[in-house]
Parts: sequence; C-alpha cells; structure tokens
Amino acid sequence: MIPDRFEYFAPQSVPEAVGLLQRYGAEARLLAGGHSLIPLMKLRLAAPRYLIDLNRIPRLASIEEDATVLRIGALTRHAELEASELVRTRYPLLADAAHVIADPLVRNMGTIGGSLAHADPAGDWGAAMLAVRAEVVATGPRGLRTIPIDGFFTDTFTSALEPDEILTEVRVPRPQRGSGGAYLKLERKVGDFAIAAVGVSLVLDGRGTCGQVGIGLCNVAPTSLRARRAEAVLEGKKPEAAALARAAAAAAEEATPVSDLRGPAEFKRDMVRVLTARALRRALQRARGEG
Amino acid sequence: MAQVAHPAAPAVPITVTVNGTTYRHAVEPRTLLVYYLRDTLSLFGTHIGCDTTSCGACTVLLNGLAVKSCTVLAAQADGAEILTVEGLARDGQLHPIQEAFWLEHGLQCGFCTPGMLLTALQILQRHPDPSDPEIRRGLEGNLCRCTGYQHIVNAVRRAARELQSAPPAGAD
Repeated sequence: MIPDRFEYFAPQSVPEAVGLLQRYGAEARLLAGGHSLIPLMKLRLAAPRYLIDLNRIPRLASIEEDATVLRIGALTRHAELEASELVRTRYPLLADAAHVIADPLVRNMGTIGGSLAHADPAGDWGAAMLAVRAEVVATGPRGLRTIPIDGFFTDTFTSALEPDEILTEVRVPRPQRGSGGAYLKLERKVGDFAIAAVGVSLVLDGRGTCGQVGIGLCNVAPTSLRARRAEAVLEGKKPEAAALARAAAAAAEEATPVSDLRGPAEFKRDMVRVLTARALRRALQRARGEG
Repeated sequence: MAQVAHPAAPAVPITVTVNGTTYRHAVEPRTLLVYYLRDTLSLFGTHIGCDTTSCGACTVLLNGLAVKSCTVLAAQADGAEILTVEGLARDGQLHPIQEAFWLEHGLQCGFCTPGMLLTALQILQRHPDPSDPEIRRGLEGNLCRCTGYQHIVNAVRRAARELQSAPPAGAD
C-alpha cells in the first residue's frame, strides 16, 4: 500500500528541523530510519501531513566514549552499533540487543534515536537502555534537555519528548569494574518482534555481591518496563541460585503481557522468568570476566 | 483509524544514479523507492512481495547498503547511487553471484531472487569468506517460499569462492 500525501522537508540542521516542528506541530512527524514510521504510513495507521527528514543533517550519527559516558548520536543505525568494536567489547548488553533487532536490512536503516522516540514497547532499545540506566538528550527551541530513560516512556508509543523536540543523542554510563550485561530475546521467527525479551545489567563488587542491577523488559507491558522489584531482590545480595530464581520470578510478576498473535499472556510471563534467569547468568559470567 | 486525504504537496526534485545511469525526476513525496524504480525507471526486477517490510523481495543497494526499497522514500535517495538486479550483469556476462545461483539452483519461481542477489552482495562485502551461519544470518531479511534456503546458502558460498579467486572488474 501507499502512504497518504504529505509535504516533505529535508532540513540541513537541527535548528532548522526544530523550526519546522514548531511550525507544523502535531501534523508533522520526523523521519529517521523510517522502518517504523513508513510501514505505519503504508498501512495508513499514521498519516502525517508534514514529514521532516533528518537524514541530511550532518553529525547526528556517531559512537564515542568520553570520560563518563558512551555517546551515541540519534541517527546511528542499528547496523553501525552491531558492527562497532567499542560496543561489542565494552557494552555487551547493547551489542546483544543490536544483534537481534529485526533483520539485517532493517538494521541498515533503522536508528537508535528513532527507535527510542517511537516508544514502541516492542522496541529492543527501550528495554536495553532501561537496563543500563541511559539518558537521552532532547534538542528543542528551549535548548538541550537531558531525560533519564527511566521516565522517558510514558505510554504506548508515547515518550516524554515535547512535540517540538528532537532526540539527538543517547548517553550510556561507562561500565564500572566488575560490570556485566546481557540481552536475550525470544521470537517466533527471525526478524520478528519479541515474544518477550530481557536486558540485564549488573555490577559485582570485590566480594561477589551485587551492586546496581538493571533489568529491562521488552514487549510484555504497555511500555518498555524496568523490573524494579526484581532489581531490588538482587541489589546488595550475593547472586546465588535461589536469589536469581526469586529475581526472575519477580520480573515475571512485574510484567503485564497481553495474549496476542505472539502467544498467551501466561506463556509470555513465564518466558520473562526464563529469559531473566538466563540473562542474569550471562551477565554474571561477563561480570566475572568469564566471557 | 480515520480516512484522510491530505492535499497535494510540492513534488521533490531528485537526482539518482541507478546502475550507473543518472536520472533526474520530480517525485511525489510519498513515492516509495521501489515504485520509482519500477514505475518511473521501468526497472521491474525489484519486486514488491509483502507490504509489511518483511519479505525483502524489494532489496536494492543504496549507497552500498542493502535496504528494503519498499520502506524508503524515493526522496531519501536524492543524490544516491543505487544498484538493482538489472545492474549486476555486465555486457551480457552474468555477475558471479548470478552464476552461482544458476549453478546451485538457488531459485525456483525467482520472485525473491533479485532481493536475495543484492543481499548476498552485502553479505560478501562484509564477510568475503562467510561461514554458513553468517550467510544465513545475513539472509534473515529475505524470505523464500520455494527453495527452503539451502540452495541459496550454497549459491552464496559458491559466489564467495568465485569472488575470492577472481573478482570481476568494477565489482561492488
């Protein structure tokens, strides 16, 4: 099918793009990778009157580490993150997530900024970024604003971005010593959205006790979900088998999946339990340097 | 979901180089790249298979990146270089990837094949000596209903060997 008509703009700078958003407001949508938006437009589930293409704006795609954070430009493609040696070696949770988004063709176009701003509860980056306690940077007419990922997903397909703001950067805290992470996704077939997916990030101190724990759940709630009660089960505790099982069970309880074409709710809930347990074990292996 | 019909919008001028030839057109903003290739440039080798960005029959190389052209606007391709299946053979000589699909029976009905060929090129650009798992992973965005994929994998493997030993002049 074919999208409804729209007027197309290709601004050359972020301020120009922001100006267009201010002008056209609720009738405008931003185009990044387009692999969530254009399918919606082809089905006429979205029909913006104005489309603002961000792809001509220079310097919006980059992957750089500074003293405290990994800074990822919003227009960085999933494929670039998947191929990044820096991400693969130092941010294994993000590498795991990049690996399982959609398929290689979609990953060539889809962007991390577009994915987060789209706020699809089935978007893998949402759960991954919740687990690593990332922040996003929004650029608007009032300047820059840093938004913790924790409050970023406010409802299904709804983020904390104002209508005249553009998500321009994602910032991930640099890993501490003793940290490890993993992202595991169960899907019906290659390229699918998750039946359920879980991202786990944790830190082990010198005595093998858990410090900060981050657990993000994908496609089992109205938004990407942080499993806080599951995190609390492990923080400050030794990650022994019983504790891991309790954390996995807690994550399953916090999820609120619905029955749909990807399976019954109870099945999805149990998959949260299984994937959380596996992701915890994998994250611990990596935290212990067991690769 | 309301039915909307927005008013006509200004056409977007685009300059696109496809298989080495440069074209200039003014396109309706909503024109998808696959329709531009087929309906405006009469390059019918790129197929439309699914309408849900699933099947990959529409795969082309856009500035060297394998993309689903049904999910890219023609406007986004302004200034770009595109390779479609029609651009693979040179002077009547099949590209090694096409030869390999022929020799390994990597197609039956042929509907997915153009997309498979372009994606195979991307796989081999990134992994000149790919393992079978790497080939299969690389093909995840391209669906085939006929072959069961094994002969497609064999074809890509064979093309990898051919390209390693004798890359064609001007190969992507």
